[in-house]
Amino acid sequence: MNINATLLAQTIMFALFVWFCMKFVWPPIMAALEQRKKQIADGLADAERAKHDLELAAKRSAEILREAKEKAGEIIVNAEKRASEIIEADKAKAKIEGERILAGAKAEIDQEVFRAKEQLRTQVSAIALAGASKILGREIDAKAHNDLLDKLVAEI
Amino acid sequence: MSSEVHTSAGYIKHHLQNLTYGQLPDGTWGIAHSAEEAKAMGFWALNLDTFIMSLLLGAAFMFMFRSVAKSAASGIPGGMQNFCEWALEFIDNSVRGSFSGKNNMVGPLALTIFFWVLTMNLMDLLPIDYVPLLMSALGVPFFKIVPSTDPNATFGMAIGVFLLVLYYSVKMKGLGGFVGELTLQPFGKWGMPVNLLLEGVNLIAKPISLALRLFGNMYAGEMIFILIALMGGAWAGLSVGSATLYGSQILLSLGWAIFHILIVTLQAFIFMTLTVVYLDMAHQEHH
Repeated sequence: MNINATLLAQTIMFALFVWFCMKFVWPPIMAALEQRKKQIADGLADAERAKHDLELAAKRSAEILREAKEKAGEIIVNAEKRASEIIEADKAKAKIEGERILAGAKAEIDQEVFRAKEQLRTQVSAIALAGASKILGREIDAKAHNDLLDKLVAEI
Repeated sequence: MSSEVHTSAGYIKHHLQNLTYGQLPDGTWGIAHSAEEAKAMGFWALNLDTFIMSLLLGAAFMFMFRSVAKSAASGIPGGMQNFCEWALEFIDNSVRGSFSGKNNMVGPLALTIFFWVLTMNLMDLLPIDYVPLLMSALGVPFFKIVPSTDPNATFGMAIGVFLLVLYYSVKMKGLGGFVGELTLQPFGKWGMPVNLLLEGVNLIAKPISLALRLFGNMYAGEMIFILIALMGGAWAGLSVGSATLYGSQILLSLGWAIFHILIVTLQAFIFMTLTVVYLDMAHQEHH
């Protein structure tokens, strides 16, 4: 219970302990605490960002999917349109071609008919002449009766 | 143990006597074997028990914290690191709560005070007779195991705190500012003597109240442990009275020890908080 030099010893010891604590204990542990705090904060921020990114990605993928679907639909519609167009065009072409062929054939037939008629006409005049000459029993001067014959031919 | 141990007064005295090393009446240096011898040594004597115990306890917790600090990493902390980090954060939070300035020393100071005082106080919970018995078996006449029941220890710390308060008062406010604070308020410059008296008492009261509060609480607690221990010491053969006293000692010791856990922690916390508050005052212009 006596106050003695222990007082001084205790004060010095106290100062030394405080100094030691300040120098070698407090800063490293505090630094570790700070660093862990930072790591946790970073981790949380990263998680938050990742979540955000995921949301964005999901949104983007949905967008892309939607676009793709739209595009696919468009392509199908275009293809159908194109197909029908091609069919229509081919149909029209075929029709024109057919008509052309038909017209050619008709023209050829007409020509043939005309030629046959011509031939027939010339032969008819000859037959008529021959017939007439046989009927008359004599030769008919073709020259003299050319007018008549021509008229006959034209009539036929 | 001397024969005085066998009386109640002797038992109490024995328990309250420090192991003092100093100059004996015959001029040689050695350990005092009685309270009178210790008193006669005057100021230049050392209470070995206080010194050794506080050194051991301080070194033990410093070693513990240092071993954690050396390997402190920001990864997943182990048990010991967890505890030390928890303690540091607790101290840091209470320092932040009551200290508004910026000073790297206050945190470590608070940590040191809290754990040093706490460990010193905790020695109170050891069975009161074991260590003195062991020591007397080793030929050491006295051994007070609780350093904070020695006013030298509590005043030693309080003086350290007081020096810091003075240092930071002068550093923050300048010598003039500090002297002005002591002499120019609350009554202005014409009331200077009264001011000095009031503020001087105010200033001196800080370390004294710090030291006496801790010492008083721990000393009283120790005293009650001693008194409770005396009940069992009244054993006088197998009788109802002796058995009752003996049983009461066990129950009361248990009860007081459990209650004392609160006091031990609370006193350490109060010493720390008040130190921080005093330093905060020293850092502020007006208080």
